[in-house]
Formats: sequence, C-alpha cells, structure tokens
Amino acid sequence: MNASTAVVLAEAPRRTARRLSSWPLIPLAILVAMLLIAIGADVLAPHNPEVGSLGMRFKPPVWQAGGSATYLLGTDHLGRDVLSRLLFGARVSLVVGFTAVIVAGILGVVLGITAGYMGGWVDEVIMRLTDTWLALPALTFAIFLAAVLGPSELNIIIVLSAIYWTRYARVIRGEVLSLKEREFVRLAVIAGCSRLTIMRRHILPNVLNSAIVLATLMLGVVVVTEAALSFLGVGVPPPKPAWGLMLADGKRGLMAGYWWLTVLPGLCIMFLVLAANLLGDWLRVKLDPQLRQL
Amino acid sequence: MKRFVLRRLGYALVSLTLLSITIFVFVRLTGDPALLLVEPGASKADVDAVRERFGLDQPLVVQYGKFMNGLLRGDFGQSFYYRTPVLELYLSRLPNSLLLATVAMSFSLLIGIPTGILAAVRVNSWWDRAGRIFALLGLSLPSFWIGLVLILFFSVYLGWLPSSGSGTALHVLMPAFALGWYFAASHMRLTRSSMLDVLGAEYVKLARLKGLPESRVIAKHALKNALIPVLTLAGINLIIMINVAVVVETVFAWPGIGRLLYEGIAFRDFPIVQATVLLGGSMIVFVNLLVDVLYGMIDPRIRYER
Repeated sequence: MNASTAVVLAEAPRRTARRLSSWPLIPLAILVAMLLIAIGADVLAPHNPEVGSLGMRFKPPVWQAGGSATYLLGTDHLGRDVLSRLLFGARVSLVVGFTAVIVAGILGVVLGITAGYMGGWVDEVIMRLTDTWLALPALTFAIFLAAVLGPSELNIIIVLSAIYWTRYARVIRGEVLSLKEREFVRLAVIAGCSRLTIMRRHILPNVLNSAIVLATLMLGVVVVTEAALSFLGVGVPPPKPAWGLMLADGKRGLMAGYWWLTVLPGLCIMFLVLAANLLGDWLRVKLDPQLRQL
Repeated sequence: MKRFVLRRLGYALVSLTLLSITIFVFVRLTGDPALLLVEPGASKADVDAVRERFGLDQPLVVQYGKFMNGLLRGDFGQSFYYRTPVLELYLSRLPNSLLLATVAMSFSLLIGIPTGILAAVRVNSWWDRAGRIFALLGLSLPSFWIGLVLILFFSVYLGWLPSSGSGTALHVLMPAFALGWYFAASHMRLTRSSMLDVLGAEYVKLARLKGLPESRVIAKHALKNALIPVLTLAGINLIIMINVAVVVETVFAWPGIGRLLYEGIAFRDFPIVQATVLLGGSMIVFVNLLVDVLYGMIDPRIRYER
C-alpha cells in the first residue's frame, strides 16, 4: 500500500459523510415525525380529541401555574386536550394535503401533457382555462367553491385540487413543448406509435421529476390554504381536530391571553410547511437542474 | 401595436367570460341554486318565487344570458342580510381594503427591497443566507397566524395596539403587517434576482471602471433598473392583496372586502360571495391586461411574440 491509496482510503468516510450532510435531514426528520404522528395518533394521544370535560376548560400547559400533568399542553374552550388535538390534527393536515396535491398533480400533468403535445385548439382551450383560473386569487376562489360545496373533508380536497392543478399544467406544458421536439419523440412518431402511447410512454416519464418537485412545494401551499379555509369555517367541519379549526377556536381565548390555543397549532402548521418547502427546494436542485430558475 | 392591444383585449374578454361561466356552473353544479339564493329557513313558496324570479326553471343557456345581462348592468343581486344591492356594499368597503393594502404594500416593500439588495450585493454571504431563511419563513407562516400572534403580543400583553376594528392609524398597523409579511418574502426574492442580473450588466461594469465608489454604483446605476420588475410586481400584488385579505381582515375585524366575503359565508348570504369573487377576479384580469399592454408599449419584442 503506498501513500496515494492511503489518502483515498482516508477520504472515503469523509465523502459518505458529505453525501449524508447534503441530504435535507431537518425537513426529512420533521416530515417523517409528522407522518408517524399522523399514523399513530390513536396510540399517542392521551385523550379523545373531540370530547372534553367542561369542568376542565382553558387549563394552561403543565409548566404554567394552574397546569396539570393530565393535560400536558393545556385544554381549550370545551375542555378538550390540546396535545391530543394537535396530534390528530397532523393526520387531517397530511391526509388532506397529500390527497389534494396528488389529485391536483394527476389532473395538472394529464392536462398539461395533452395541451403541450396536441397543440392547436386543444392547447388553446386548456391554457385559456388555466390562465383564467390562475388569475383568480386562489384563496378567494377556494372560499367560493368551499362555500358552494359545504364543509367536509372530501369537499376540501375537491376544492384544493380544483384550484391548484393549474400550477402543474402551466409548468408541465412548457416542458412538453420542448420535449416534443426531441429526437426520441420524433423517432417514436416515425416508429408509428400512437399519440396516446407517445404521451404515456415517452413524455410522461420525462416530466415526472418536475411534477414531484412541484408537488412537494405545493404541499406547503395546500396545507396553509386548508388551514385558512378551516379557520373561516368552510374547511374541515368541527369538532374534527384540524389545526386551522383550532386557531379559530383559539380566538375565544385570545383576549384572555390563553396563548397556547393560538401559538401551538400555528407552530405545527409552520413546521410542516417549512419542511415541505425546504424539501421541495432541495429536490428542485437535485432532480431538475432546468427548474432551478423557477 | 394596435393588433397586439386588440389581441390582449380579446384574451381578457375570454378570461372574463370563462370566469363568469365558472362561477355560474359551480353554483348550479351543487344542486338547487334557488336554495343558495333564498334566505336560510325560507318556506317552499319563497323558494319557488326565487326560482321563478331568477328564471331557474328555464334552460341553462337562457339562464346564463340573464345572469350576464344583470352583471353587465351592474346588477349583482341584493344582500339578504343588509337588504341593499351587493354592488353598493362592495363599493362602500373598497376604500378600507385599499387603505389596508397600501399600508401592507409599504411594509412589504420596506422589508423586501433592502433585504433583497443586501442579499444580492453580498451574494452567498451570511446576509444572503439569512435573507433566504427569512424568505422561506415568510412563505411558510400563514399570515392570519402572524396576525393572531401580533394581537397576543401587542394587544393582550403590552396593550399598545387595538386588537380589532378600524378608525385610527393604530388600527391599521397590525393587519397591514400581517398581510404585508407574506408579500415581503416574494418582493425580497425578486429584488435579489433582479439586482443580481443588473449587477452583471455592461453599464454597471462601466460605472465601476469609471472609478465610482461601489455605493454609488449600486444606489444610482444598478438599483434604478433593478427596481422596475419589483415595482411591476408590487402593482399587481396590490390588487391581489385587496382580494386575499379575507383571513387577515377576519382576524382583525377590518371592514374591507375580505370581511364582506367572510360575512357572506357566515350569514349564508350567497349574492355577496358570488359578487365578491366575480369582482375580485375581474379586477385581476384587468390588471394583467394593463401590465401586458404597458410592457408591450415599452418592449417591442413582447408585441411580436406569437
């Protein structure tokens, strides 16, 4: 063994360490923790999140005067355990968030590919619709739809997907326009593939990376929108434990200074959204160099 | 130029038509629109009367024609709760929304532009990284939560600012900050990237070669050009602010358009909801048209695109 191999050997562990540190460990940890909490909320939560005892209203967290160890993070205006509601709230946020992001993604990718590949009047119709819907302020449009459909978890997913597919459609269409001119697509045309086959087998796999990056970034947007809708009373219906709903309930104790009802659900939203944004930014650089300028 | 303007005008008209169709269709998709248009708890006879008055028993095309005809004459229906035409209500709330949005915009520019310049001038430094974290936080914190925390701190604990309502200059501070916060992040990002573009330009290099001190190069030569896209975005965002302030206005009981929309939902006052969304959407379509045309006037390259 000579000197140069020794150097190489010594460098190997450092390189793996560097590779590991280039992973977005913090956002991944937050997301995995939230996922585990969402799955195991039944086991983890010390109390029923939807039923409280009215004798135990507005108890502060355990470390404040008047707090008790039974209710670690205090109770709300109906005497419900805040910790349990926060844990179950993760489930609501993640289920609504993931489903909406995926449904919107499928819609947006399909319409984006169709518009980009077919061109002509199909493109014109889809893109006019996309532009119009993009022009509407997302929150106002969401409130309108939610008010028409009525509050329920399913409806909120429908509303969010109906609004946010446009973001995917825009980006995916742009990518398809350039993919369409590439050698392998032209060869597929010459080989006699049908348009459906080309879109499915040759275009779709090439836009999936962008779709995944967008989906991760959209997760944050969707979670905040859901919280806002629930806060306004057109999202997840009470007594379900959703963070936005908890913030709305928390307003009752705001002027009395019951900070835990307002600060804690907001922090949960912030951590989830921050994690999604950080992960999305990292994925964008990692998966798709072309999207870096987006 | 004339063809360009006409085409943009056409696009805007298509957008407005699609907007009205979208709203028209969604109202009717969800079942009986008569139930949305009568007051909650109305009798069967009342529902029938409304159905007849709005012609809801007629074919869809006829209904849409009537709907559009009403809109074009400025008839957005009557509010159940206030018993006045919705348009009147909307216009009476508009000044409040405008005030809130203007102050919020000032906040967001005051925060966004300096941090953006700093991040661009000291690119990849500690400042830049701090700026990026700030932008990320701005995009991650829901504005209404910022509002709630502000109330908790400045109204409940310190007792410095009023927690809700309007009337004095102090009332506008917290809602404006909460609303402006989110936009500060996007203004910062755009200032940074636009500043970076400009700093690489030939005329900035020339200014440096002339021996001007760096502070003058940045303040006089770079900044002026870098701010053009930022101010355009600010103009569009001002209109968007008016229309997305719903939650912030609800938190602070600020009597603007957002609050009107919330009241529309809370009291099941559907004409208000419909009108607010329609007018908000139209406002944004018009602003986009305006920006497109202005850019076309300034930059001939845009005119000949497609």
